[in-house]
Amino acid sequence: MPHTPDLLFRTLADPTRRAIFERLCRDGEQTVVAMTALAGVSQPAVSKHLGILKRAGLVRDRHAGRQTHYTAQLEALAPLVDWTKQMAGFWEGRFDHLEDLLKRMDQ
Amino acid sequence: MTETRSVVVEREIAYPPEKIWRALTQPHLIEDWLMKSDFAPVVDHDFTFRGDWGSVDCRVLEVEPHSSLAYTWGAMGLESVVTWTLTPTAAGTHLRMEQTGFRPDQEQAYQGAKIGWRNFLAKLEQVVARD
Repeated sequence: MPHTPDLLFRTLADPTRRAIFERLCRDGEQTVVAMTALAGVSQPAVSKHLGILKRAGLVRDRHAGRQTHYTAQLEALAPLVDWTKQMAGFWEGRFDHLEDLLKRMDQ
Repeated sequence: MTETRSVVVEREIAYPPEKIWRALTQPHLIEDWLMKSDFAPVVDHDFTFRGDWGSVDCRVLEVEPHSSLAYTWGAMGLESVVTWTLTPTAAGTHLRMEQTGFRPDQEQAYQGAKIGWRNFLAKLEQVVARD
């Protein structure tokens, strides 16, 4: 299943979820228990966030005994690389609107 | 991280800086060409742009009437700074918009930023560099 930028943006828009993802980027593989200790939310909430991150392809899980370990998947961020291109298109369009407005302000 | 992600759009506009400045700073005019907002040209003023697709959280960083305007732009999971520069020319104004991803040396300017986010962007840069 392709991971669209929309899904990535929606997934990373939540501050708690982003914090969990950032922590995995920063500190490497973690268990739910270890992350719960620092996330300031309950273990079921952390698990739910990890599930959503997993669906977006941003984390991978590995089962070892009774523990599940999670790792950040930085490759999933690749669609965001197009950000500059998208924003350039956005601003070009807005510049056009701005020029239209300036013309109307003349009248 | 020495490199940042940056978007620059520049245009020669056949109107004086004073007029363009109004369009950049008066909410009823900003709404016409950009988005609805509660912008005010006051440093540290927090405001929001609202579009059909969502909203952008901003804070005014710099206001130099008729010459430059900068605000943070937080949307879609990425933090950046938008800087407008107006330079008078014989025919009107050279208008430049630069949107720059977050750099460590801008930490003080952007109080809402998190250290973790910089690390995240640094890692993102590595991913991009590998592609």
